[in-house]
Amino acid sequence: MAKITYIEHDGTEHVIDVKPGLSVMEGAVKNNIPGIDADCGGACACATCHVYVDEAWLAQTGSQSAMEESMLDFAEEVHDNSRLSCQIKVTDALDGLIVRMPASQH
Amino acid sequence: MSESQPRVLIVGAGHAGGTAAAVLRQYGFAGHITLVGEEPIPPYQRPPLSKAWLKGEADADALTLKPESFYAEHDIDLRLGVKAIAIDLAGHTVTLARGGTLAYDILIVATGARARALPIPGADLTGVLSLRSAADAELLKASLGPGRRLAVIGGGYIGLEAAASARALGSDVVVFEREANILARVAKEPLASFFADYHRAHGVSFEVSAKVEAFEGIAGHITGVRLGDGRTIPCDVALIGVGLVRNDELMAAAGLDCSTGPQGGVIVDENARTSDPNVFAIGDVTHRPMPHYGGRMHGLESVANALEQAKQAASMIAGRPAPPPEVTWNWSDQYDLKLQMAGWPFDVDDILVRGDPTNAKFAVFHLNGDVVQAVEAVNAPAEFMAGKQLIASRRPIARERLADPSISMKEVAA
Repeated sequence: MAKITYIEHDGTEHVIDVKPGLSVMEGAVKNNIPGIDADCGGACACATCHVYVDEAWLAQTGSQSAMEESMLDFAEEVHDNSRLSCQIKVTDALDGLIVRMPASQH
Repeated sequence: MSESQPRVLIVGAGHAGGTAAAVLRQYGFAGHITLVGEEPIPPYQRPPLSKAWLKGEADADALTLKPESFYAEHDIDLRLGVKAIAIDLAGHTVTLARGGTLAYDILIVATGARARALPIPGADLTGVLSLRSAADAELLKASLGPGRRLAVIGGGYIGLEAAASARALGSDVVVFEREANILARVAKEPLASFFADYHRAHGVSFEVSAKVEAFEGIAGHITGVRLGDGRTIPCDVALIGVGLVRNDELMAAAGLDCSTGPQGGVIVDENARTSDPNVFAIGDVTHRPMPHYGGRMHGLESVANALEQAKQAASMIAGRPAPPPEVTWNWSDQYDLKLQMAGWPFDVDDILVRGDPTNAKFAVFHLNGDVVQAVEAVNAPAEFMAGKQLIASRRPIARERLADPSISMKEVAA
């Protein structure tokens, strides 16, 4: 299990044990954490699972795919550490990961 | 749990019903929630059934909306394998097939839709399938594999996704389409030709302008598709994907206003409220206003629609402001293609293609004057995302800029 801290836009923290193999998005959705909508269920088709990866975890979470980059380009409040959380696979190496959520996914 | 909070009963435990229950709790609703569904399993995502799940790239666990423990943890009374057979609007009760009634203060109807049947001889043979539920998908998957021949009746998105997945599993596939082109009901050129060519290149055969007269069988199992021209095309399994019918019968019988169109549907307003103020309807079962098109009424079948209306109903019930209207959208995965669609092509007087279909990266914009009504984007996420924004804004675009891929969509939409 990897312990992931999801921080809502208003600062509310959720610390969840997520099974390796799931995505960071699935860890949030299956635990009913508000702020990650993931309308398409992880098909990289909707850009409603936008998160900001904590600076300390940027290397471990990898980089955006071309598809993901194009989708994020049109999301709101995009920063250098923006990712679509459906595209980050959870591994044991991500134990301790912190992600923050934008004000809105729509 | 507060006694003053209303009791919410949700009939239909699919993507819409399951989401409504979860979102009500997310919104802080503390009243009683009962969620009843006919299927034996908790709410799950249907889109992967013809895509990733069918190809074996996603397991059953990945399909579930929430883990089974979620419902008890959030005080949601989930009752599976339960069929509702009557609604009493005056008495605020729902009668169950196995006997007994459930009382409600607020009812949310999320009974979905079913695959339209093909009333031809042989439709009752084993191996003649449709694809709506996980159980349907299990049957289909078990029938596919190397050397197994799949006949797809209906060249729509469900059929084409199943065809692509079946090819990945090594099956031979023939698609039968009544019209002269596949995707005839849902897409225009050049999208339809593009998909037909792509499927052909991946080994799928097409029978267009085909009149499917009967399914032939031996010992109760399908062996072929008989056509109007006298030919019989052999197959081991047939998938019927010729549209849907909304499951509105219960609501029509109860006296709720329903569409008289061929697909039916419970009529709702922009907050998912039906003609009875204590009853909401959400998801595929609804006939709804389309906010970016003057509020005209239309039926949608998509996850985006299910989620939007689940949030509308939950917002009303939890006393929150109505969520902003969304541009309807959907997607389809076939082979290495990702098709993303937004809006609806109402009153389209022109089509504009951006990009090159021969590169499998292009978008079709449906225009009314210079306003984008809908977009279909193949491997073109920027066109989809920008198109969605243009549909929402209703702002006229400069056609020559939109048609020029050297100008970024960011600039076109700016």
